[in-house]
Amino acid sequence: MTRQGIEGVRAGGPGDAVCGVVPAHAARPRDVDELAGLLAEATRNGWSVAARGGGTALDWGGRPTSVDLLVDTGALNRIDHDPGDLVAEVGAGTPVAELAAVLAKAGQRLSVDPVRAGGTVGGLLATGLSGPRRLLTGALRSLVIGMTVVRPDGVVARSGGRVVKNVAGYDLAKLHVGGYGTLGVIASAAFRLHPLPPALRLIELPLPSLAHAERRLTLLRASHAVPAAVEIDWPVEGGSRLRVVLEGTPEGVRSRADELVAALARGLPAEEVTVGDALPPGWGLLPAEGTLVRLSVPPAQAPAAAARAAELGGAVDTDVRTTGSARTGALVVAVPPGARASAVTVLLEGLRSHSGWAATVVRAEEHLHTAGIDLWGEVPGLAVMRAVRDAMDPDRRMAPGRFVTDAPHTPREERP
Amino acid sequence: MPDTAHPIPAAVAALVPRLRAICGGDGVLTDTSRRRVYDSDGITHHREIPGVVVLPTTAEQVAAVVGLCAGTGVPFVPRGAGTGLSGGALPHPEGVLLSTSRMRRIIEIDPANECAVVEPGVANLDVSRAAAPHGYYYAPDPSSQQVCSVGGNVAENSGGAHCLKYGFTVDHVRGLDVVTPDGALVRLGGKAPDAPGHDLIGAFTGSEGTLGVTTRITVGLTRLPERTVTLLAAFTSMDAGGRAVGDIIAAGVLPSAIEMMDALAIEAAEAAVACDYPAGAAAVLIVELDGPAVEVRAQLAEVTRLCAAAGSFETRTAADADERARIWKGRKSAFAAVGRISPAYIVQDGVVPRTALSEVLRRITELSAQSGIRVANVFHAGDGNLHPLVLFDDAEPGAAERAEEVSGAILDLCVEHGGSITGEHGVGVDKACKMPRMYSPDDLATFDLFRGALDPEGIANPYKLLPTPRLCGERPGVRTGVHPLVESGRAEQF
Repeated sequence: MTRQGIEGVRAGGPGDAVCGVVPAHAARPRDVDELAGLLAEATRNGWSVAARGGGTALDWGGRPTSVDLLVDTGALNRIDHDPGDLVAEVGAGTPVAELAAVLAKAGQRLSVDPVRAGGTVGGLLATGLSGPRRLLTGALRSLVIGMTVVRPDGVVARSGGRVVKNVAGYDLAKLHVGGYGTLGVIASAAFRLHPLPPALRLIELPLPSLAHAERRLTLLRASHAVPAAVEIDWPVEGGSRLRVVLEGTPEGVRSRADELVAALARGLPAEEVTVGDALPPGWGLLPAEGTLVRLSVPPAQAPAAAARAAELGGAVDTDVRTTGSARTGALVVAVPPGARASAVTVLLEGLRSHSGWAATVVRAEEHLHTAGIDLWGEVPGLAVMRAVRDAMDPDRRMAPGRFVTDAPHTPREERP
Repeated sequence: MPDTAHPIPAAVAALVPRLRAICGGDGVLTDTSRRRVYDSDGITHHREIPGVVVLPTTAEQVAAVVGLCAGTGVPFVPRGAGTGLSGGALPHPEGVLLSTSRMRRIIEIDPANECAVVEPGVANLDVSRAAAPHGYYYAPDPSSQQVCSVGGNVAENSGGAHCLKYGFTVDHVRGLDVVTPDGALVRLGGKAPDAPGHDLIGAFTGSEGTLGVTTRITVGLTRLPERTVTLLAAFTSMDAGGRAVGDIIAAGVLPSAIEMMDALAIEAAEAAVACDYPAGAAAVLIVELDGPAVEVRAQLAEVTRLCAAAGSFETRTAADADERARIWKGRKSAFAAVGRISPAYIVQDGVVPRTALSEVLRRITELSAQSGIRVANVFHAGDGNLHPLVLFDDAEPGAAERAEEVSGAILDLCVEHGGSITGEHGVGVDKACKMPRMYSPDDLATFDLFRGALDPEGIANPYKLLPTPRLCGERPGVRTGVHPLVESGRAEQF
């Protein structure tokens, strides 16, 4: 079959480039069947395949060794919302902003702060990064209750379902969230939704020192305020800050914020602690340019990790800035555009030298790819991941080189 | 008198000296009467005497046992506390039953990182007990939490009454040490979130022992809430109770639990524990709210108002631990209590979208009326997770079969309404043949591709989770028997 799919194939151009690699062909399937036909045809042709949604993360991940076909999921744009069940099944090509707008009309949301503007649901899933508000509902992976994926060989496979509570079968969606499309192309996903909270408070305060930051986090853990986000913002220069988001009823967030401010503001000039009732524009978005390093650390070490990144950046004259969820230890170090490969290597090696810290480059500038920096560092379980990859994509045609399973040099494996 | 009815199969007997060298003499059980203790898990109508039982005490021992199995092609079945309700720990008669019951150290409670590190045999509730002095608890609370093990919870992705708000086991696991079916010990994640690469922790959780054995688990701990309030609301009909559930959710309130019982379940609970629920109730709702005191106060007012509006004729509120325990007593005793009003029963576990609850409950009532088989309903209403108790008299010829039919028809109703064949008990051996009702052959073949990537020889808990031709009849696209099960006639149970 797939005559139709093949008819829809056009020549690729510079605008289709994945980490600088221009695909020979590009196609925009109109539905899941066409997508399946396209991938089956690509299998017959032995083509390598990468997927794109909004095109906001085409420069994320490793540089592919080959892209014969770029699949644009933009036409898989569909929202099937069951407000009474707080569930929505959404096509991969649906813009995240469009989904948010539709859900908001029913007083609901997908409880994840996107880290890029203009992305699609498929891209959100394939890159897998969760923004600040992940303390109450978990990260993105916790919100996916079902997924339909077109396997590399064109077979359409579903896991999970449309109910929140379900333990039938393997939760394969977990492998695709953050898998960069290397195990198949995500066609749609079903999400658990949450009610939009009626009120919000954003408390913001400076963190004059590392000791101060650690003290504030200890106070936060001791409080009963139950924040939705605890964000740290730690540049090399210009002063570090803490942002705490509370969500709930209007009366509730008011008194919770009062209590929290009283606890956190001790020792600070009153005017330096602000309380707002809305999030600032661009909340949670990562810088659109430059290199991004995902830094995962035990939560109690989050301030120390941010301070360490600043110290390492400062030592190589690179103005890095660390943001992220201090309560979970999920941080991102943003490296400004144009940073030298040697400087990035110093940063990465410095961070990776700490036991229990993981630093992976989620977006590298082209010159860093060319310099061959180690994007991944140590990845425990890599042998298992590679076995899964070989089972699902034996010819390694799906975005080869973009994910750790294809990393050119074998990262060391940690043994327990 | 020695029990000699089930000699150890030759392939397993050949391993015993090496198993003893690995686990020590007291860590290997060969005597039939001692092996028989392990012949089932919580679902006792599936029984097999394991070839041999091993009780390792360290991860290295687990790895060595699994490595030995891998080298000889002998299957192994992991087992935690044996409280599972899908036969996931049903032994293989020609395999090794690997019990983690001697690995029960709480390695660390780490309040600064809000996590605990435990061995797999640690009882679920013991984690909360150890964390309580620091102001924390371990959120997943399956009803067997006093005895069930954290390792078993990981295998089954256990939920519990409070997963409505706090999520399942998978949402709380940060790190896992896993012995994969080739005998390799792999450390995934730890105290830091978002382990790099694929989320193997997420995929491993809920894999029912088919991808290996956990030897160490790092779980997130949750801060004990400032306030917890439990509300009991009585209704004159299930419909009215169901309406209240929908209204609570629609109002944007997220209780930590919403439980519902019907008249028959209430009757059983009253007979067993005199829980003193309001007289004349055809349905009771138990709604638990927790969080900051100021938020709980607002939510309680809202929930009370919504229950009244939906027709509740009596509500009771419990704010201290003793009062809360009294309200929960009836609910928690319901399963056992049914034993008092019926000689035998089947506990079913299915899920429907919450909005389909009323319709499905009506259909269950019809099924019950048509078959003459009584069905008591006790369930997690907030997330549509039904636990119908199908009552029958096992002394009456044909009654068990009719009860099985009703129980199976209830699952069909769940699937028909877009739900699931299991919300928390797992697939195991009990529902392996029901998987095709929910998933296509391509879906199942894809599950099998994943399983085969980790366990190409099919030695890790074989014949569980996925349908096999031997048990379920020939079906295309599914693994054909790698390790033939003995001709035990088990197929007739499906």
